[in-house]
Amino acid sequence: MTATRKLAGLAIFLLAVFVLVPALIAATGRKDLYYTLTSVALLSIASAGVWLTFYIGRINMGQGAFALMGAYVAAVLVTRYGMSFWWTLPAAGLFCALASLLIGLPILRLRGVYFAMVSLVLTEVTRLLALAVPITEGAKGITNIPLPGAISLFGITLVPDFSTMENPRIAFYYLAVTLMVIAFAAMYRLVNSRIGHICMSLQQNEELASSIGVNIVHLRLIAFAISSFLGGVSGAAFAAVTQSVYPSSFTVTDSVNFMLNCFLGGLGYVFGPMLGTLTLYFGWNLLFQTGEFQLLIYSSVMILLMLVLPNGLLSLGEGRRKG
Amino acid sequence: METILQIRDLTRRFGGLTAVNNVSFEVREKEILSVIGPNGAGKSTLFKLIASFLKPTSGEVLYRGERISGLAPHIAARKGVVRTFQETTIFRNMTVRENIIVAHHLRSKASLAGFFFGTRAAREDERAFGESADEIIHFLNLDDLAREKAKNLPHGHLRALGIGIGLATNPAVLLLDEPFAGMNHDETHKAVAMVRRLRERGLTVLLVEHDMPAVMKISDRIVVINFGQKIAEGTPLEIQNNEKVIEAYLGAEDEAIGM
Ligand SMILES: Nc1ncnc2c1ncn2[C@@H]1O[C@H](COP(=O)(O)OP(=O)(O)OP(=O)(O)O)[C@@H](O)[C@H]1O
Ligand SMILES: [Mg+2]
Repeated sequence: MTATRKLAGLAIFLLAVFVLVPALIAATGRKDLYYTLTSVALLSIASAGVWLTFYIGRINMGQGAFALMGAYVAAVLVTRYGMSFWWTLPAAGLFCALASLLIGLPILRLRGVYFAMVSLVLTEVTRLLALAVPITEGAKGITNIPLPGAISLFGITLVPDFSTMENPRIAFYYLAVTLMVIAFAAMYRLVNSRIGHICMSLQQNEELASSIGVNIVHLRLIAFAISSFLGGVSGAAFAAVTQSVYPSSFTVTDSVNFMLNCFLGGLGYVFGPMLGTLTLYFGWNLLFQTGEFQLLIYSSVMILLMLVLPNGLLSLGEGRRKG
Repeated sequence: METILQIRDLTRRFGGLTAVNNVSFEVREKEILSVIGPNGAGKSTLFKLIASFLKPTSGEVLYRGERISGLAPHIAARKGVVRTFQETTIFRNMTVRENIIVAHHLRSKASLAGFFFGTRAAREDERAFGESADEIIHFLNLDDLAREKAKNLPHGHLRALGIGIGLATNPAVLLLDEPFAGMNHDETHKAVAMVRRLRERGLTVLLVEHDMPAVMKISDRIVVINFGQKIAEGTPLEIQNNEKVIEAYLGAEDEAIGM
């Protein structure tokens, strides 16, 4: 793709997300879509992290743990220490990144299904910890989290206090898609810079990568920390949107879904997790009408898609371009 | 000539099996030294020990007088000791040029964050790596295949690419494990010439190879390993006439030793 086509694509995307979608929602009056799309945007951020760990050759089913951690960190900081929501976003991200360094050091040595299993267990351990540790308030969770306050710079209000808004859901939508755009822009830059190539070398052959001087332990940790940072930010934003967090806010199912989002969108494409999250989220909700068959149909379609499109939905465009 | 590598009493056990047993020898700067021996003699294990891919059970490897054995492989590589692999090991889903560019890792002056933000140092690195990669590609006669995905290369070229990846790290010592394996006569001929040119570039080359005519033609000196032990060391002529060597080869398999 040429640079102009890329810019045009970006412009259309931004226009769609920031102008067209809100306009459509206003026209159709389906305000409930704001909440759905906010969720999709935030979940896609966590999925982008998982995608990055795939990129270094690790099947990461631990993102639920970091999303939950991020949500609690933000909730505790806001409710107990009165920190502004805006600061809790980076704080939760950093907390999760640091935690992932400690956790990653021993477990990132594992490969394939071993890493996948341990990371899955990590999600469950985090949930159990949230139940047990006093500061997270057990099963009743943390509720009544205040809405985000205003952001002012030099006395000018850039973002008004969410609680003064008529419909904070719209504000949350803008917040979520802004975070999503930032996360994916950073990811795009990362993958298309030399770092991406080094990550790719790790994915394809760790031994060879270390023979050319790549510190594979170091690089794996960096990738895992970035992934967990995104998980934490996503969780923190979720806590603010729902104004609550429970041990069951992010579970093993979510961890698996983050991974499926990446598979579905395409592991070879930076924007794969975004498309995957959107498709899965809406697909699952559409199937709601099928009642008890929801899970069966959903699973069958997933298996079929993986067989027919092993490189994800975005590989459809690739084939057309080649053909 | 100066000694660049000293292998001292190197031993490596795998459970009850002693794959490398008390091996010592020295490698001089800018020589081509071959390690030969029957299948399973311990040659690849010896190379892995030298390149720090394995930790020795006992003994040590000194590079310019400094102990490198037992360090991590990327640190040995940083110091200048780099191995290629017995199997054709490359980054399959990258193009030839991308393979060689990414292998310039050790030469980067910019940090990872620098590459993310595209700082001037990073852009300078990218430019230098591209130039150097093109030079290496040309050196290996891979110009026409530069934009080909590595997994689509024919076998002979895969080996060349493996060596190119090694070269990109700018090593002082390059360890090549069976670089001529699976090549026909013509390809071997070209590859031998290429290894000679490596030396002209100032590299010290260690070679494991089963192709005896090629080994005899190319080596300054040869070290012979059998059952993990060094049984001989000398010039190709000395090795060809060494009783123990002839015996080891006749005892192990019907492999002519280039006579
Ligand atoms: N990681 C390992 N674990 C256990 N045994 C090993 C390991 N690596 C090598 N060995 C054993 O050590 C011995 C020497 O193996 P090595 O690969 O060094 O032989 P080689 O001389 O390179 O043989 P070839 O010419 O077939 O490549 C063999 O018996 C092999 O089975
Ligand atoms: Mg071998």
